[in-house]
Amino acid sequence: MDFFVQQLVAGLTSGAIYACVALGLVMIFVSTDHINFAQGEMAMFATYLAWAMINAGFEYWIAFGLTILISFAGGLFIQRVILKPLETAPVLSLVVCFIALLSIFNALAGMIWSYTIKQFPTPFPARDLFGNGLVSVQQIGIVGVTLLMLGILTVFFRYTTLGLAMRAAAQNATSARMMGIRVSWMLALGWGLAAAIGAVAGMLVAPIVFLDPNMMTGILVYGFAGALVGGIGNPLGAVVGGFIVGVLENLVGSYIIGNELKLTFALAIVIGVLLIKPAGLFGRVVVRRV
Amino acid sequence: MAAVTNSWATKGGPGVVAIAFWALLALLPFGERFVAEGSFDYYLFMGQAMLINAIAILGLNLLIGFNGQISLGHSAFFAVGAYTAAILMNFAGWPYWATLPIAAIVCFVAGYLFGFPALKLEGHYLALATFTLAIAVPQLLKYKPIGKWTGGVGGLLLDKPEAPEWTGLGQDQFLYYLCLIVSILSFWAVRNLLRGRGGRAMMAIRDHAMAAGTMGIDTARYKTVTFGISAGITGISGALSAITVAFVAPDSFTLQLAVSFLVGLVVGGIASLPGCLIGGAFIVLIQNSSQSISDWMKSTFSLRYDVPAWAIYGVLLIALMYFMPRGIMGGIEAVFQRLTTRRERQP
Repeated sequence: MDFFVQQLVAGLTSGAIYACVALGLVMIFVSTDHINFAQGEMAMFATYLAWAMINAGFEYWIAFGLTILISFAGGLFIQRVILKPLETAPVLSLVVCFIALLSIFNALAGMIWSYTIKQFPTPFPARDLFGNGLVSVQQIGIVGVTLLMLGILTVFFRYTTLGLAMRAAAQNATSARMMGIRVSWMLALGWGLAAAIGAVAGMLVAPIVFLDPNMMTGILVYGFAGALVGGIGNPLGAVVGGFIVGVLENLVGSYIIGNELKLTFALAIVIGVLLIKPAGLFGRVVVRRV
Repeated sequence: MAAVTNSWATKGGPGVVAIAFWALLALLPFGERFVAEGSFDYYLFMGQAMLINAIAILGLNLLIGFNGQISLGHSAFFAVGAYTAAILMNFAGWPYWATLPIAAIVCFVAGYLFGFPALKLEGHYLALATFTLAIAVPQLLKYKPIGKWTGGVGGLLLDKPEAPEWTGLGQDQFLYYLCLIVSILSFWAVRNLLRGRGGRAMMAIRDHAMAAGTMGIDTARYKTVTFGISAGITGISGALSAITVAFVAPDSFTLQLAVSFLVGLVVGGIASLPGCLIGGAFIVLIQNSSQSISDWMKSTFSLRYDVPAWAIYGVLLIALMYFMPRGIMGGIEAVFQRLTTRRERQP
């Protein structure tokens, strides 16, 4: 029973990370219909920035906040400079562009910080919550930070004018433009938010998996799976999906297939969801006009 | 507007150029006197790699360029082809040449089966599913229970085939010819396929799936079969790579391999057969000269860091999407078209 609880908690913890990654993907998907393959590498790069700042003597939480701000600006910059000119390009051009960004960030991180594995500090004390070896403070911390971020985002999208404008731009770009919303800038904001959320995910997971340029590849795949399970157009769904995938991964991994086939399991989830219920749990079924 | 005709292009001009080009490639193994002593085998090995990549890109191009289905997972089919050849040679003692058709069949079946879920997926979703496939495959190949056959993390070491006595060729010369012959057969087959009814159906589906369906084309069947053929061709190139490198290991078949095929495809030219050869040559050249490119960039721009090949690939991909979305062959064709049609308009 203890083992089961441990696996469940571990699953919820990794689920929180996947939820962040999935949320970042959804931020970009709802407004542009694009799947950002560079989401993981952007997060990885941001985590290296945080690592460099902490090494330069910054406090953890200051570095954390600065990294989020820099990532936000970086996401904004990528959308304005690289993707805006391709707004009307075919899908293949965009996919190629995302893959290019993925390669560039991976190569840059390797080039600047080398491919050796680095330790990333954790702000949470290394001890148990109840002293029975079931739940660690770090695990609670990760889930807590994710839920806090989700809360902030909910408030932002529900109760602020800017959030409303972003939702309007995502839902109906033409009408939003007529209401005086600068739709193109709303897309850029979406990119900025996605990059910032990704940075949080990267910094949360780095103490567990250690920091290296390929750290996010597997996590991104689980993020995809989470986003698809919840419905890739739905932020709340993405978070729920992320947690579901995290728990399933851990339980299936430890009881049924072992740790060696975890990525294959993610592949099975991705293909299974796309085949059986492409809209996911919470997504709307898109009806196409013929 | 007057109809633009291009008599050179319709009277078999490109065919003559293609035959001349392949003939030239066939002469290369006798160019030893033109290169520095002792480096010739290395050049031949590079030539093999270029041809192998060209075949892999040909498979990918059939799918992306001519059928409009995006795949980021062709490294998986390349891996299946390579492992099929390696296992047959290593455990069943098959001769190297006999493994090529088997690799093609195994990959055709794998691609055909993957084509079924792909039917429901379009554009970004298909890219996502194949991306996941590319990431999952190296881990799957390391899976312990099948390690007896795949050699696990360490992979399989093979014997490089020797040239038969009667040919009088060196080993690398012989392997180069093997790659060349397989390339010629693959390109010829694809060219014929594209010119026939099937090829027209594939392109019609790419251009407008719904209209193609209305015309009576069984879009589902064509898309799955195209996926299968595409995977089969890439599988052949994977088998060739296992034979010429004489080694397979899971970590050679990562997402990066799939990305390098994509780079070759985009650089050479989407939906262009000669472009596949350009792309294959290009990625081998960049990989081989990345160190010198990096040194050059370091000294020219006084950088502090090495510039890895992947950064070059990435910048190049974005630049191509902006300025030359149809790649090098697209650019050449556009220039050529202008030159020849202008000449014909004058009486």
